[in-house]
Order: sequence, then C-alpha cells, then structure tokens
Amino acid sequence: MTELRLRNVSAGYGAKPVVRDVSAEVSSGGWFAIVGPNGAGKSTLLKAIAGLVPCQGTVELDGKTPPRKEKARVLGYAPQNPVLPEGLTVTDYVLLGRTPHLGLLARESATDVSIVEDTLERLDLSALAGRKLRTLSGGEQQRTVLARVLAQRTSLLLLDEPTTGLDVGHAQALLERLDLLRREDGTTVVSTLHDLTFAAQYADELLLLDGGEVAASGKPAEVLTPQRLRDHYAAETEVLHTREGHPVVAPIRRPT
Amino acid sequence: MLRTRSRPPTTRLRPRTVVVALLVLLAAMVFAVVAGSGELGWQRVLGELAAQVTGGTSPLSEREAAIVWELRAPRVLLAGLVGAALAGAGAAFQGVFRNPLADPYLLGAAAGAGMAATIVVVFVPAVTGWLIGPLPLAAFAGALGGVGLSWLLGRSAGGSGTATLLLAGVAVTAFLTAIQTFVQQLNTDTIKQVYTWTLGGLNVTGWRDLWLALPYVAVAAVVLCGCARLLDVLTLGDAEAASLGIRPGRVRLVLLAAASLATAAAVAVSGLIGFVGIVVPHIVRLLAGASYRVVLPLSLIGGAVFLVLADFVARTALPGELPLGVVTAFAGAPFFAMVLRTSRGRTP
Ligand SMILES: Nc1ncnc2c1ncn2[C@@H]1O[C@H](COP(=O)(O)OP(=O)(O)OP(=O)(O)O)[C@@H](O)[C@H]1O
Ligand SMILES: [Mg+2]
Repeated sequence: MTELRLRNVSAGYGAKPVVRDVSAEVSSGGWFAIVGPNGAGKSTLLKAIAGLVPCQGTVELDGKTPPRKEKARVLGYAPQNPVLPEGLTVTDYVLLGRTPHLGLLARESATDVSIVEDTLERLDLSALAGRKLRTLSGGEQQRTVLARVLAQRTSLLLLDEPTTGLDVGHAQALLERLDLLRREDGTTVVSTLHDLTFAAQYADELLLLDGGEVAASGKPAEVLTPQRLRDHYAAETEVLHTREGHPVVAPIRRPT
Repeated sequence: MLRTRSRPPTTRLRPRTVVVALLVLLAAMVFAVVAGSGELGWQRVLGELAAQVTGGTSPLSEREAAIVWELRAPRVLLAGLVGAALAGAGAAFQGVFRNPLADPYLLGAAAGAGMAATIVVVFVPAVTGWLIGPLPLAAFAGALGGVGLSWLLGRSAGGSGTATLLLAGVAVTAFLTAIQTFVQQLNTDTIKQVYTWTLGGLNVTGWRDLWLALPYVAVAAVVLCGCARLLDVLTLGDAEAASLGIRPGRVRLVLLAAASLATAAAVAVSGLIGFVGIVVPHIVRLLAGASYRVVLPLSLIGGAVFLVLADFVARTALPGELPLGVVTAFAGAPFFAMVLRTSRGRTP
C-alpha cells in the first residue's frame, strides 16, 4: 500500500522554486530518507510534504489530499530547528502534540494525558517530565521535540534531521525506537539524515537531492557510491560494508 | 528526586487556585471600599456592607450610603474591570508576539486613543446630556482605529508574520502621535487637560462607565480564556502550529481583536494606564507557570487586584489625587523586581 506519493512536486519560498520536479512513492511502513548536501532542498521538500510552503504538483497521503486539520492527524512534522517556548514544561509541551485530536476549544482528556505519559516513557524522558524546556540539554530537547510529534500518534512521520546533536548512543537509540514503531504500528517514516551510514542502515529507500533536483534514488547500497559522493558532496569517501552488508560511508583524508 | 509513575505534571488551572484568587480580589475590593471611605468610619461602612448582604439595618445615613454606593463601590469595581482588561490583553499580546515586553498599547491603541482624545479636547465644545461623553467615545474609537490601521498596514506590507505587524504598529504609533503633537502644539492651552487624561485615572461618579465597559471586557475575557490553549500552540512558531492543524494567522487575528476590544474599553473609561499589562502577566508567570491556560485567567484576576489597590493608593496617599498611571509604575516596578528576585532562585 502506498502511504505517500509525490508527483512532480516543486516548492520554494519566493518566485523561484528551491525544489524542482520531485516524484517519489513511499509504501506504508517504509523508511524513506532524503539525503544531500547543505542547501540541497531537503528541509524544503519536507515542508512541502507537510503543506507548510507553497507547492506545485501533488502530495497524496493514502491516495487523498486531506484538508489541514485531518492532515495533522495522519502526518506529524518535526522541523530541523524547532522553536522551544522556554517557560513550558516538558509535559505541557508534549501535550501540545495532541492538538489535532482536540476540538478547537476543548481540553485534553485523561486519554491524552496518558498518551503523553506513555510517549515520555518510551523516549526515556519520564524523569524530565516536570522540567522547563530551557533547562534541558540539546539532546534532551531534541528528544522532547520527537516526543511531541509522537504524541500526535500519526501514521506518517516527517522528521528533519532527528539525530542532530545526539551522541552516537542516543542517536542509535532514537533510530531504533523509530524502527520499532515502524515494525509494530506500521508507521511510515520520512526523514532527512546527514549521517549517511545511519541513513544506509535504517532507511529502505534513499533519495539524493542536489540543487533541488533528484540526483539519484533507490536502495541505499545503490545510491551511495564513492563517485556520487564526490559529484554531489565534493567528498572523498570509501564505502565499506558491515558484517550485515550495510554500507558504511567513511571519509578518507586527502593526501597532502 | 525520585518519581514513581504517577500523573505527569501538567500545568492546569486548579479550581482551588481560582477560588483563592477570587477571594483575594473580593478582599481587596472590600478593603478599598471600606478603607477608602475613611471619613465615614470604617466600622460603619463595614456595617453598611453587611447590612446590604444580610438585609439588616445600616448604621449609615442615606447620604452617607450614597457616598459608598455611588462613589466608592463603582469606582472600585471599575478599577477591577480596567485592571483585568489591561492585564488580560497584555498577556495575550505577549503570547501573540512571543515577546515578553509586548503590551496592549503596542499596535497603536494608545496613540490612536491619545490622538482622538486630543482632537476632542481641542475641537469639540464641552457637551452635556450625552449618554456617553465625547471623550470616552473618541478614545474607544481611536484605540480600535489605531490597531485596525496597524493590522491593515501589516497585511499590505506582506506576510502574516508578527514582525511585520509589530513594525506596522511602530509606524502607526509614530504617525498618530505626530498628529496629536501637532494639534496640541497649535492649542497649547489644552495641553494640561490632555496630559491629565494621558496619565490615566478613574474619576467617576455612578455606575454608567462600568456598564459601558463591562460588555466589551466580558466578551474579550471569554474569548481570550477560550483561546488560551491555542495561544500555547502559537508559541511553537507558525510552521509548527500549522503542522498541528492550526491556522496561525486566523488565531492571531481573533486574539488581537479580543485583546484590543478590551484595551479600547479600558482606555475609554480610564485613559492610558501603563505597566499593568506587562507587570501582572509576568508576576503570574513567575508564580504559576508559563502556560497561557494559567496565565490568562490569573492575569485577569491579578490585574483586577493590582489596579484596585493601585487606585486606592492614588486616591488616599496624598491629600490631592495622584494620577493612576504614576501609581501603577511607582508601586509596580519595585514589586515586580522583588518577585523577579525571589523566584529566579527557585525555578529549577
Ligand atoms: N525561508 C527561506 N526563504 C528563502 N530561501 C530559503 C528559505 N529557507 C531555505 N532557503 C533556501 O532554500 C535552499 C534549500 O534550503 P533547505 O533548508 O531546504 O536546505 P537543506 O537541504 O535542508 O540544507 P541543510 O542540509 O543545510 O539543512 C537553500 O538555498 C536556502 O538558502
Ligand atoms: Mg535542512
């Protein structure tokens, strides 16, 4: 089943589109990673899918283009640089993720609170539940933002660089957590990832963007070749393989 | 700090908090009525209040009772209403602009009211027999006009963002103030009257002003409290609010309209009283948390308490009457500093 289908999507901020003519299909329960150099348009593409920037072409969710409020019930979005209202506590902040499920003026029910409680526990945040956002470390803030999006309980997650600022252990734990969600609940994940090794390990499909256009797409092992990394990232790399056969992108030092 | 898995600490307005806050307000009002009528003797005034509640006989003569019920009581209630309006509107403005220094006069409400009041003082001859005096009417219309102008200018300058709107407010304020100054300059004999109005005050007799302002403030208070949760969502920024299914531009419009209505009603009956809209919401935040679901209702009540007491000081501190705006700043600033100091050490 196709969860997300993009047809000739172009999007941008002013007159000139930043992302041009992207088409892709993501099947339900899949993990689709968007990679590419800085400024390639990865974040813009995610915003276009979330409906946050003007966009041409069609974005279909489950074969439909739902209106705003309904969309927020099936699609959760975490930006690359989230705004953290500093005075709020972790719990209050994560509760805001329940907004699409509430009436315009309604209050959260006990169910909403217990969903939040559950999410905090899953992300190892229970001990921080009463803390103010501004008192958290960068990595803790990052996980809190993810908790807010997970509390939305959507079947599609759009995550812009979810592992930025996390140490290797927490990054791994977070990706494992998402992977579990995917396998247990059939959640579909679309994320941008700078760490190509992680991208290769977790995603089952990569889209390489450069200059706003699709440079390559397909299985990670097919997309990540030293030649492409040189062409699009201007990087000297060697692609190794783990025992399981996942590609590992290792930068190599240029001979001086 | 070890927690077992219990209810997560959500910030919500507990009924007990509201009851306590309302009791404090009631106490402040009774105090202001009773202690503010010194010449009648406080025991006798208390007796009159008790008599009104229980239906007993009052120790006051009819003329003395009129002082209490036609002078003191409406003034105290009006102070409460104006305080609630300004503090509630201030909290809403701070949320909408995500700026702790925003106050309800930011978008040209003060400049519009000031300009309109000046024009009335200069050009409209003193009239009597109107249901509403021309000055409050002009101030009300001027305040709303100023905000409306800022909104239109912000929209036409493009973008539904708050930064544009803020700058539009600055431009409108400067423009309207220039007109006011010009008109004043040509009619220097009226400066004192305009100046007195600008400093704010509640020189009222009878209940008329209260009934005039009450509907607007009540509607605004209901709208603001109803939208408190949406205001929390707005603090996430427009992109994230939109991704949660909210229309940030529309929510902002509703909130600003409600807050400006309350501000205009307050300005119409009391002139420009500064500081309440900034200091009260901040004190509430420091004491009770940053969620607007707590900040908005408690600011309404806290603003009422604050202005009732400030007006009491304005009325009684010196033989003559002090301008209310002077008292709010003079008493509010040190109090604010004290709360700031004591709570900074405490927050985790
Ligand atoms: N709000 C904006 N207004 C105008 N241009 C923008 C805006 N945001 C991004 N751009 C431009 O659009 C292009 C793509 O930006 P985008 O944020 O999508 O890149 P990205 O691939 O996510 O980069 P990074 O890896 O650094 O996060 C860049 O050239 C950027 O300068
Ligand atoms: Mg980006």
